[in-house]
Amino acid sequence: MSNSLGKSWLWIAAIGLALLLPWCFYDFHTARHSGFVLSMLSQMGMMIILALSYNMLLGQAGLFSLCHATFFGIGGYATVHFLNAAGDGNLPIPMELIPVLAGLSGLGLAIVFGYMATKQRATAFAMITLGISELMATAALMFHHFFGGEGGVSTNRMIDHSLFGFTYASGIHVYYLILAWTLLATLAMFFLTKTPLGRMANATRDNFERTQFMGYDPRIVRFLQFSLSGLFAGIGGGLYAITYEIVTFDALAAPLSANALLMAYIGGTTVFAGPVLGAVLITLLQSGVSLMSNSWLVYVGVLFISMVIFAPAGISGLILAHRPIMRAGKLGRLLVPYIRVLIPGLALVLGFVGLVELTSFLTIGAAQGKTLTLGGNKIDVHATLPWVISVVALIGGGGWLRIEARYFRRVWDGLMADLKSPSAAPQRAIA
Amino acid sequence: MNAVVPALSIQNVTKRFGQTEIIRGVTLDIAAGERHAIIGPNGAGKTTCFNLISGRFPISSGEIHLNGARIDQLPPHKINRMGLSRSFQITSIFQRMSVFENLRCALLWSRGYRYSFWSPLWRQRELNAEADVLLEKLNLHNRRDILAGLLSYAEQRALEIGMTIAGGASVILLDEPTAGMSNTETDYAMDLIRRVTQGKTLIMVEHDMKVVFDLADVITVLVYGQVIASGPPETVRANPAVQEAYLGALVE
Repeated sequence: MSNSLGKSWLWIAAIGLALLLPWCFYDFHTARHSGFVLSMLSQMGMMIILALSYNMLLGQAGLFSLCHATFFGIGGYATVHFLNAAGDGNLPIPMELIPVLAGLSGLGLAIVFGYMATKQRATAFAMITLGISELMATAALMFHHFFGGEGGVSTNRMIDHSLFGFTYASGIHVYYLILAWTLLATLAMFFLTKTPLGRMANATRDNFERTQFMGYDPRIVRFLQFSLSGLFAGIGGGLYAITYEIVTFDALAAPLSANALLMAYIGGTTVFAGPVLGAVLITLLQSGVSLMSNSWLVYVGVLFISMVIFAPAGISGLILAHRPIMRAGKLGRLLVPYIRVLIPGLALVLGFVGLVELTSFLTIGAAQGKTLTLGGNKIDVHATLPWVISVVALIGGGGWLRIEARYFRRVWDGLMADLKSPSAAPQRAIA
Repeated sequence: MNAVVPALSIQNVTKRFGQTEIIRGVTLDIAAGERHAIIGPNGAGKTTCFNLISGRFPISSGEIHLNGARIDQLPPHKINRMGLSRSFQITSIFQRMSVFENLRCALLWSRGYRYSFWSPLWRQRELNAEADVLLEKLNLHNRRDILAGLLSYAEQRALEIGMTIAGGASVILLDEPTAGMSNTETDYAMDLIRRVTQGKTLIMVEHDMKVVFDLADVITVLVYGQVIASGPPETVRANPAVQEAYLGALVE
C-alpha cells in the first residue's frame, strides 16, 4: 500500500505483541492464561473495531454521530440469536463466520437509520442520531422477544461447529478469534480509506459544497460511509456476544456511544491508527484503574476535556507533531524541556488524584466500608495533612507547570523555526 | 432561429430572496467556445447568477438550458455531470487533503469511479497519472504532497481552477479567479486560464478590467440584476449606458 509502507513495521510489531501477550501472563502451574489479561485483551479488540468504525464517521467524514453503539449492540443481540440457533442445529454456520452475520445485522440497521440521518449533516445529523440512540434504547426495553428486557439475552458459544475444530471452551481460543477479526476489520477499514468513497468522505468533511460541483451527491457519500461503519460496528458487537455470551442493554445504550467518541477522540481522529491507541488506552484505564479507584470515570472525563482543550488532534496527533523534529534528528533537544514539564505536571496530577480520592473515600468509600491505602499505609481521610499536601501539589504544580510550559513552548517554536528554513522538508499530508 | 444550440442559454431568469428581487429577468445566450465575462458593480447579482446557473440556489422563474437540455430544476451534482463546472469566489478546496488528492478527487466522477469502495486508488495508474499531469499543468507539481490548506493564496487559486476544469466539463464558470492577486500573480493566472480552458466555453465574473478586456470575446454588463449591455469588448466599452452606469469612472 505504497505510501503507508513506512509505518508497516509498527503494525507488525503491534500484531506480534497481540499474539504473544497472553503467553506473558501464562501460569505454568495451573497451565492457564490469566483470565483477567485475556478478557482485557479481548475487550481491546472489540473496542478497537468500535473506535475505528466510529472514526469512519467522525474523523473521516466529519459526521458527529451519537448512536454508534446502536449498530454494535444490534450485532451483539443478533449474534446471541444466531448462536442459539446454531447451537440448536438450525443454523449451519461455523463459529469463525458468525461475525459476518453480526456485521450484516449492523449493516442492515445502519442502512435504515442512515437513510434518515444522512439526509442532514453537522448539527442536524448529530440530533437525528441522538434520537436514534434514544429510540433504540427504548426499543430494547420494550421488545422482550429479541432484546430480553433488562436482563438481556444470553447464549452458549460452544456450538460445536468450527472451521478449524476448535470448541472455543477456553478464553485463549476466543481471544485469537477476536484478534483475527480485529485484524481483518482493521485492514478492511484501512482499505476503505484508500478507495474513491473513502477519499470523497474526506472531501465532504472538508467542503461538502465543493463535492457537489465535482459530480458527487454528498448525501450518498454520507449514507454509504454511515452504512459501512455500521457493518464494522456490528462485527465488533458480534465479538462482544461471543466473548461474554450475554448481551444486555449496555451494549447499545448511549454510554457506549459516548465511549466510542471518547476512544476515537483521545486516540486522535486525524490519523487512521489514532482510535486504536484510544481504544487500548481507555480499555486499560477501564480494566486497570477501575480496580484501584471508584473514580476512574472522573479521570477519563478529565483526560477527555484536557485533550479537547489542549490536544484536539489526540495522542496520535501529539506523536505526529514530533515527526519533523525526529526527521531532523533534533528530538534530543526536547529531552530537558520534557523533564522540566513532567515534574510539575506529575505534581499537578497527583494533587488532583489525591483530592478526588480523598473526597471519594470520605463519601462513597465510607459507605462501602473501604479505607484509602497508599503503598500499604492506611491514610486517614479525616486528617488535615493529606488534604493540605494534595491542595499544595495541585496549585503549586499548576503554577509551576505554567512557567515550564512557556519554556517548553519557546524551545518547541525555536525548533520549528529551524525546520522551516528552506532546506527542511515541507509538512507531509496525513490521510 | 439560430440553428446552433448555445452552450448556455438563460431565459428570463429571476431570483427573489424574500421580497427582494436580486436577479430581475436576465436573458443571455452564450455560444460554445466563447470566452464570456460578466461585469458589473458590487451587488449587481453576478455571483448570484453563477449560483443559479450551477444549481446552488433554485431560480424563482425562467429557464436555463445547458447544451439544449434544461437544467434549472436539477441539483448541482447533476448539472455538473452534464458538463458544467464552477469555481468559487472564496477559495473552496479540501484543506486537510494533499494537493494531489484534491485534484484526484476532482477527477473521480468523470473517470467513472462513482461511489466505488472496492477500487484501491493506489492501483489506478491512469487516474494517478492524469492527476500528475494536471499538477504539472498548474505548476503545482513540487507541492504535490503538501496539505492544500498550507499553499499560498495564489497557489490555492490555481488549485481551485485546476479542480474546476479537472472533470472535463465543457462549460466553465470562474468566479473572480484573480481576486486578491498581485500583478504578476494575475498575469500568471490569466495565462493559466487561457491554457486550461482552450476549446471550452468560459464564463467568468471579474473585477479586474485588464483581465476582462484581455481574455473575453464577449462582455455582459449586469446592473441591479439586469443586463444593460452585452457584446464584443469594443462595443461594450463604447456603450454610453455602460459608461454611465459602470465603466465611466474606471475607463476615463
